[in-house]
Amino acid sequence: MSATDDPHLGTAEQEPLGPPPISPLRENWRYFLANRGAVIGLVVIALMVLTAIFAPLIAPHDPTAQFRDALLVPPAWTDKGRPEFLLGTDALGRDILSRLIFGARYSLAIGLVVVTLALVSGILVGLVAGYFGGWIDGLIMRVMDIILAFPSLLLALVLVAIIGPGLFNAMLAIAVVLQPHFARLTRGAVMAEKHREYVTSARVAGAGTLRLMLVTILPNCLGPLIVQATLSFSNAILDAAALGFLGMGAQPPTPEWGTMLAEAREFITSAWWVVTMPGIAILVTVLAINLIGDGLRDTLDPKLKRS
Amino acid sequence: MNASSIPRGRKEMRLINTLLAATASGLLLAGAAQAKTLVYCSEGSPEGFDPAPWTSGTTFDAASRTVYDRLIEFQKGSTETEPGLAESWEVSEDGTEITFHLRPGVKFQTTAYFTPTRDMNADDVVFTFMRQFDKESPWYEYAPGIAWEYFNSTMASSLKEIVKVDDMTVKFVLNRPDATVLATFPMDFASIVSKEYADQLEAAGTREQFNVLPVGTGPFTFVDYQQDAVIRYQANPEWWNGKQAIDDLIFAITVDAGVRQQKLVAGECDIIPYPNPADIDGLKGNADLNVMQQEGFNIGYLAYNTLMPPFDKPEVRKALNKAINKHAIIEAVFQGVGTAAVAPLPPTSWAFNDSLTDDPYDPEAAKAELEAAGVTDLSMKIWAMPVQRPYNPNARRMAELLQADFAAVGVKVEIISMEWGEYLAQSSAKDRDGAVLLGWTGDNADPDNFLGVLLGCDAVGANNRAQWCHQPYEDLIQKAKTIFAQEERKPLYDEAQVIFKEQAPWATIAHSIATVPMRANVTGFAQDPVGIHRFVGVDKTE
Amino acid sequence: MLRFILNRLLLIVPTFIGITLVAFLFIRLLPGDPVILMAGERGVSPERHAELMAQFGFDQPLLKQYADYVVGLLHGDFGYSFSTKKPVLSEFMARFPATLELALCAIVLATVLGVAAGILSAIRRGSWIDQATMGVALVGYSMPIFWWALLLIIFFSTTLGWTPVSGRISLTQFFPSVTGFMLIDSLLAGKPAAFWSAVHHLILPTIVLATIPLAVIARQTRSAMLEVLGEVYIMTAKSKGLAQRRVIWLHALRNALIPVVTTIGLQVSVLMGGAILTETIFSWPGIGKWMIDSISRRDYQVVQGGLLLIAAVVMVVNLTVDLLYGLINPRVRHR
Repeated sequence: MSATDDPHLGTAEQEPLGPPPISPLRENWRYFLANRGAVIGLVVIALMVLTAIFAPLIAPHDPTAQFRDALLVPPAWTDKGRPEFLLGTDALGRDILSRLIFGARYSLAIGLVVVTLALVSGILVGLVAGYFGGWIDGLIMRVMDIILAFPSLLLALVLVAIIGPGLFNAMLAIAVVLQPHFARLTRGAVMAEKHREYVTSARVAGAGTLRLMLVTILPNCLGPLIVQATLSFSNAILDAAALGFLGMGAQPPTPEWGTMLAEAREFITSAWWVVTMPGIAILVTVLAINLIGDGLRDTLDPKLKRS
Repeated sequence: MNASSIPRGRKEMRLINTLLAATASGLLLAGAAQAKTLVYCSEGSPEGFDPAPWTSGTTFDAASRTVYDRLIEFQKGSTETEPGLAESWEVSEDGTEITFHLRPGVKFQTTAYFTPTRDMNADDVVFTFMRQFDKESPWYEYAPGIAWEYFNSTMASSLKEIVKVDDMTVKFVLNRPDATVLATFPMDFASIVSKEYADQLEAAGTREQFNVLPVGTGPFTFVDYQQDAVIRYQANPEWWNGKQAIDDLIFAITVDAGVRQQKLVAGECDIIPYPNPADIDGLKGNADLNVMQQEGFNIGYLAYNTLMPPFDKPEVRKALNKAINKHAIIEAVFQGVGTAAVAPLPPTSWAFNDSLTDDPYDPEAAKAELEAAGVTDLSMKIWAMPVQRPYNPNARRMAELLQADFAAVGVKVEIISMEWGEYLAQSSAKDRDGAVLLGWTGDNADPDNFLGVLLGCDAVGANNRAQWCHQPYEDLIQKAKTIFAQEERKPLYDEAQVIFKEQAPWATIAHSIATVPMRANVTGFAQDPVGIHRFVGVDKTE
Repeated sequence: MLRFILNRLLLIVPTFIGITLVAFLFIRLLPGDPVILMAGERGVSPERHAELMAQFGFDQPLLKQYADYVVGLLHGDFGYSFSTKKPVLSEFMARFPATLELALCAIVLATVLGVAAGILSAIRRGSWIDQATMGVALVGYSMPIFWWALLLIIFFSTTLGWTPVSGRISLTQFFPSVTGFMLIDSLLAGKPAAFWSAVHHLILPTIVLATIPLAVIARQTRSAMLEVLGEVYIMTAKSKGLAQRRVIWLHALRNALIPVVTTIGLQVSVLMGGAILTETIFSWPGIGKWMIDSISRRDYQVVQGGLLLIAAVVMVVNLTVDLLYGLINPRVRHR
């Protein structure tokens, strides 16, 4: 959301640097492990991945099963709670814990799909713009400017309205609005790198354009991209939840957390647990990912220790 | 409208007025009690303040029911009518002429922007309707895109001409006998506006102001509107029916239902409309509040496509109706604030046939009847609306419940939904695949507004989502439309509802219950069945 | 420097043309149209539908509509709202002060608290204060703000009754609108009680809207401070024997604030997005809520005009930040 945006900023920072030394993976890993927050984040996410994979085994109930005799049952530890519904039930008598467990699948999938789409398209666009320069660069960057001129949530909202509400369409829209960050980052790095000696020598040695872009230049801009990818992962989850909250994301009965919140909004004063639980799930997940992101940034890109 | 968009001279004038008012109230304070203020936290912003071009209830509450009067009014809290600006009216023998005798001595409001020089008369009444009827009138399209949807869809087709008989008498001439026209006079588009004010604006070249700064004869005078935030009114001291007990009426626009409810509990609002169904029990338990409830003038239904097999067989439709657990729907979708619908008419309508009985919830029987009709392995689509409506607060949830109910009798259901505009358009198509969840809120008290508009043969391919054209039914409702006497119409509509029940083009699901919570010290409020909120006769005790 | 400014201004022109095109096409690509939606369940006959669409020129070929729209724009005409029949520009101006007032309060709160927290953390690097501050900042940064708003309302308004649930000002306060800013207008009208009421109403929405920018600015300030503190000339200053406080304030802060200014500028776009959610929840009569409603009503001219005006605000702010950045950081402008 912040570390990226201005191409001038990016390149200005890059200039005094040589190509970052590619340190052995193991050393990075050890450095990463020294960061307590990052490790906590990693553990939380690992647990979530396991939860998502084994959701049918862990969840006490079917997430869409309606217990018609148990509408809006409060959590088990409260007076009116029932032990079989640990976190209570929603308006249709569905078990909230089971829905949250299955919801982990959606949130992780949202993060993965959105980041993959945005990363791949952003890198390609950025490489092309940065490598070729000239009018191609001008055109691409103007398009990116246009996308960035709209508040991202508003743009995503309009895009989803056009292609129709739904989880996959929401992911597409979010990928579109996140993509310029990757494009700008890649372009900035490529512009800084392309006149360096190692690139020139590779070219002299006869490397083709594609090879130059993908094999020679790209690996040297990976650090900031990975950091940005982690940030985007959490942004994707937040934006998808916000779209779900506004009724444009995943459609009920999908147990996506933002959609659960939207459905729960009418119960804000009468059934707090329906509102609180999905929000906590979102917060914890995003927090864990951001912890990992901070750790990765410190490890991979000491120069980008911002935001 | 924010003051910034009002011409400068006006703004200064208003400032002076405010100052004068402040001084005056300061003087009054010395002797009299403090001004009484009633705060109504409304659910949205009005589209404008001309009562006629708009179609939303929010605008009716804010514009027509406060500032204006009509020739005929609904009795408070009822669909029965009473004289308004017309003291009396009569219908000619052949049913093609309606003559109104106007109330003498009715004054238009004096505001910062208009001072009337004459009382309301026939010119105002003629102008009110002719500007919507006569395409040559300079007021027919006085702002870009302004249109008269309600007038066009109700009165226009039967209206031939409007005649000023004398200053206090106006005659509406119809091109055929049509009892439903009389029912449209209490509607909002028929609110009487001032011709004198219109002329004044026309001379000044500021016609658009007609929609921004309203002048009427009604109980409350418009003071100020801050866009999307607050509308202020004062009691009209010269209202023909007497000045209201509250001095200031404030509409505080509060879009979110949860927030409205919290403001009511906190005492920031005196009355709120449309609370979240889930909150109603909590509100009822609050000793500081008084919660009024009444069956709404609406119907939520599931319309089969009666042109498509196997839904062209009444037996199949009736069997499916028996598979629906309406009780569960009312609990989970309406949070208990709804009643199971038996007929297409709400029970508050005078034409409702209360001898009807509903299809019982009986999955076993439903299964057997489906088999008897030769229907096995049926899979169908159910359309779920993407929007929230009073008659269906959560169509998606309702569809999920229906899906489970139909699965229990061996019918597979696929739920489909789409953008609202598409939904409305595509669900009208005669070859539509599947049953549609939809509903209707009455425009006026006439039963034809439900039984004819939604189920008549003319409406097939449009508002008749069941695509149902059944001659015995059609004959009854067409005949009833030409008769003005209520007691003669009633038996025809009773019979029509019996036929509807036998043929079952819809599964009638529910009528929502309209709920209006208010502070316990508010007195004199009555719920209007047609869903409007008006504040005549409302008072606050200390 | 002049060339740099000109360069940036020239780049804006194609972007702006692109934005008009995007705003124009977007709303017309949406399924459904304003006439069908306005008619709702009552429906509209095909003839009447065509008539109403024609009144607004929606029956014209797209190219003609776009040309008319651009010509209108050049004359300062943003078209008319389909639902209220009023000019889009006046509708925008009636709501924009509300959004601006909220956004300004949020950005001031975020900047003041964020910079202070960032500096404190940097000075006390590694202490519990640093860890706690950065921990809180990270939580704020990860917050789904629509949920956060609901929690704050439940706690402060419903349970404690400290703050009003929604709205801009107490309904008993009434004064003429001059600037559209409640804080200023109330003082102009000489009503301190109204001013305090407005402040009271601003608290929760401001906190909600400021949450993410606050976290971002705090983290950014800390990193920038640490980076600058590590640089050589600070060492030099220290070795010259200046008091530590002076070092921080004079050298570090000034240099560290350069990237912070950029960050603040970039948060404006984030704020506009956040305003959609915040205004929805707090019934704040601003443009965020207006846009959402207009999209769902397919109010073509409002959405295209609104998108354009919002993008224009974001671009003007970004341009200002760019220029400011070029002004304080000479390295950039020679490129």
